[in-house]
Amino acid sequence: MVKVFSWGRLEGAESDAHSLHQRGDVSRVIQRTGSGIAHGMGRSYGDACLNPACVIWKTAGLDHFIRWDEETGRLICEAGVLLRDIQRLMIPRGWMLPVTPGTQLVTVGGAIANDVHGKNHHVLGSFGDHVKGVTLCRTNGDVIECGPDHQSDWFKATVGGVGLTGVIVTADIQLRRVAGPWLEAETIPYSDIDEFFQLADASESAWEHTVSWIDCLSLKGRGLFMRANPIDKKERLISFPRQKKIPFVLPISFVNSFSLKPFNAAYFYLKKRQKGLSIASIESFSCPLDHILEWNRLYGPNGFFQYQSVVPRADALNTINRMRREIRAAGQGSFLAVLKTFGKKAPLGFLSFPQPNGVTLALDFPNKGKTTLALFERLDAIVHDAGGRIYLAKDACQSRDLFVSGYPKLEQFLSFRDPGISSQLSRRLMGY
Amino acid sequence: MKRIVIIGATSSIAEHCARCWIQKAPVDLVLVGRNKEKTEHVAMDLRVRSPQSTVVSMQIDFLDPIHIKQLADDLEKEAAIDIVLIAHGVLPDQSRCQTDLVHCEEALLVNAVSPVLFSEGFAASMQKAGHGTLAIIGSVAGDRGRKSNYTYGAAKGLVARFAEGLQHRLAGTPVNVVLIKPGPTDTPMTAHMTSQSGRLASASEVAKQIVSGIDKGKPVIYTPAKWALIMWVVRCLPRWVFNRINI
Ligand SMILES: Cc1cc2nc3c(=O)[nH]c(=O)nc-3n(C[C@H](O)[C@H](O)[C@H](O)COP(=O)(O)OP(=O)(O)OC[C@H]3O[C@@H](n4cnc5c(N)ncnc54)[C@H](O)[C@@H]3O)c2cc1C
Ligand SMILES: NC(=O)c1ccc[n+]([C@@H]2O[C@H](COP(=O)([O-])OP(=O)(O)OC[C@H]3O[C@@H](n4cnc5c(N)ncnc54)[C@H](OP(=O)(O)O)[C@@H]3O)[C@@H](O)[C@H]2O)c1
Repeated sequence: MVKVFSWGRLEGAESDAHSLHQRGDVSRVIQRTGSGIAHGMGRSYGDACLNPACVIWKTAGLDHFIRWDEETGRLICEAGVLLRDIQRLMIPRGWMLPVTPGTQLVTVGGAIANDVHGKNHHVLGSFGDHVKGVTLCRTNGDVIECGPDHQSDWFKATVGGVGLTGVIVTADIQLRRVAGPWLEAETIPYSDIDEFFQLADASESAWEHTVSWIDCLSLKGRGLFMRANPIDKKERLISFPRQKKIPFVLPISFVNSFSLKPFNAAYFYLKKRQKGLSIASIESFSCPLDHILEWNRLYGPNGFFQYQSVVPRADALNTINRMRREIRAAGQGSFLAVLKTFGKKAPLGFLSFPQPNGVTLALDFPNKGKTTLALFERLDAIVHDAGGRIYLAKDACQSRDLFVSGYPKLEQFLSFRDPGISSQLSRRLMGY
Repeated sequence: MKRIVIIGATSSIAEHCARCWIQKAPVDLVLVGRNKEKTEHVAMDLRVRSPQSTVVSMQIDFLDPIHIKQLADDLEKEAAIDIVLIAHGVLPDQSRCQTDLVHCEEALLVNAVSPVLFSEGFAASMQKAGHGTLAIIGSVAGDRGRKSNYTYGAAKGLVARFAEGLQHRLAGTPVNVVLIKPGPTDTPMTAHMTSQSGRLASASEVAKQIVSGIDKGKPVIYTPAKWALIMWVVRCLPRWVFNRINI
């Protein structure tokens, strides 16, 4: 038994961990160990990748590339390969992953199982939209090859299926051509949510990446809007930042009511001074925290939650403002509040998170026990009223009701579950 | 292009060494394993990582002296070899070794006899060619026998003594011999030691140090480096102290 954490470091779960190393062995191992769940890099914040007192299958050892076609940009690899390794190998060759989340230190399997999105969702959709096929091993020994054009229902269940349809062993991904890793980025301060929506609407057609940082503790919801487009800067040398590591879990949370307000204010003013155009690499623009390894340790021994919801655009202004008021009143929340609009394309997966044209708000909360959970209940009620949903990659505590109302294709999904697979999340939300 | 031969190429440490080498520059790699499919999987991965490298995989019986000799001669004849890395090994269950002598014999054959056969084979062909580095993976466990793994330790100790002799024999020739002693590393070999997982070095970190140690032609590489000091202390402990420690 080993202690296994997810990114939120809420409570470590003692689990029986089995490492997968050979693609040829996966089927045998998962048939032998008894009911378990796949665990990639554990970059989910909540309990999607946890299985206390039961088995987890660690997939990070499945890190082999299998085939690369320079002409077509099709990459076949094992599911434990890191997105960062694909990017670093392929960008110098003029190709890259069309979609990456806010950290590249995740596995291909994890990116598919949560159908992750990036800052370019309005242009390129989510990760699953670029996967042409996967090989799935089930605990009854079946091996299923599925993709958007073959066995497509299996594929729709597996993309965003939080590991519950089987273990993804290999994936076939379509990369896109790029001139290099460089983006031309622009930062624009906004003073309230209304202004945010104006900026988002004005930027979506001409800018490939859009995202914003919002200060949830400010009265009107000031923030910084960031947008970026790829540019060709062949003369610039490609280099990768050195990584630093937070060496241990801090004894108390560094994120507390004393540090939050001044930090937010300072960050806002510093960034506001840097407004305007600049050049950034895709790594530093998309994944600013990736070179500080294990930054989640800053939240101290009790860990933290990330609360990420999406709500329909129609009434979003009102909904986001209601959520902000609750968060402000509770005096919680953190510096990492992200507000973003999704594109209009409906995602593939039955349980994929991005709602077409939805507006998503994500922020971290240090775990203060009951007071934090009570705040989440109030936020859940607002999301429920608005017809929104909570992201399973981040979730540790939403109610079953909200889950059922938020994911209308749940019934379709359930028939594809592998009876030999369950996680803390699936038991909490789906019964087993 | 450097020509590198890896024996036991499916070993996690060896695989990470290969990734380090091809990341630096294209190489001509020969991967030797006991299992054809697994070895070819490693080769496919390396070909994607470095399309300019040539990577071939081959299979051999690791205890067959005739074929090992033949392999060493043939590979040297094809083109001069720059580096041979001998990496295979297995961590046996010590208590089982004490009662199941078949298990004990297997552990000694794979960890001691087989690496010696490969080393002699390649040492001869490299000496003839007057060129190359022979790197053999031993272990910190070979530095002093202890109750929890002395069968493995004895085999690794044999490899260490053998490498020492070979270094003596080849001193003054252009052929270099490097003995590598990793500390506990996170690989399939240690997958069952889950309670230790936090204390294991990563295979990629260990591989980086091996590759740079071979580059520098170090006679002995402890990796991570702190093990040189730890093992010096362990070797110095008087027997009456050592025998009371539960390790
Ligand atoms: C700093 C940070 C920023 C982030 N930003 C974003 C973002 O912008 N957008 C976004 O969408 N997400 C974001 N995330 C969330 C992250 O991308 C997802 O949680 C991702 O799924 C994590 O991948 P992982 O390899 O760590 O998988 P894990 O967290 O270990 O597992 C996630 C799920 O995938 C399943 N799984 C993993 N491997 C397999 C496999 N081989 N077969 C089947 N199922 C498998 C697990 O069972 C689990 O249900 C962020 C996370 C962090 C820490
Ligand atoms: N990991 C550690 O903590 C550690 C510490 C000190 C020293 N070492 C040494 O480092 C080397 C590499 O080990 P690793 O950690 O990378 O282990 P690993 O990933 O488990 O690899 C073991 C290798 O040995 C091969 N092998 C096992 N039994 C064999 C047999 N009977 N005949 C032929 N080949 C056999 C395996 O081949 P298959 O893939 O075909 O099974 C594989 O290539 C070994 O010499 C080991 O003793 C390891």
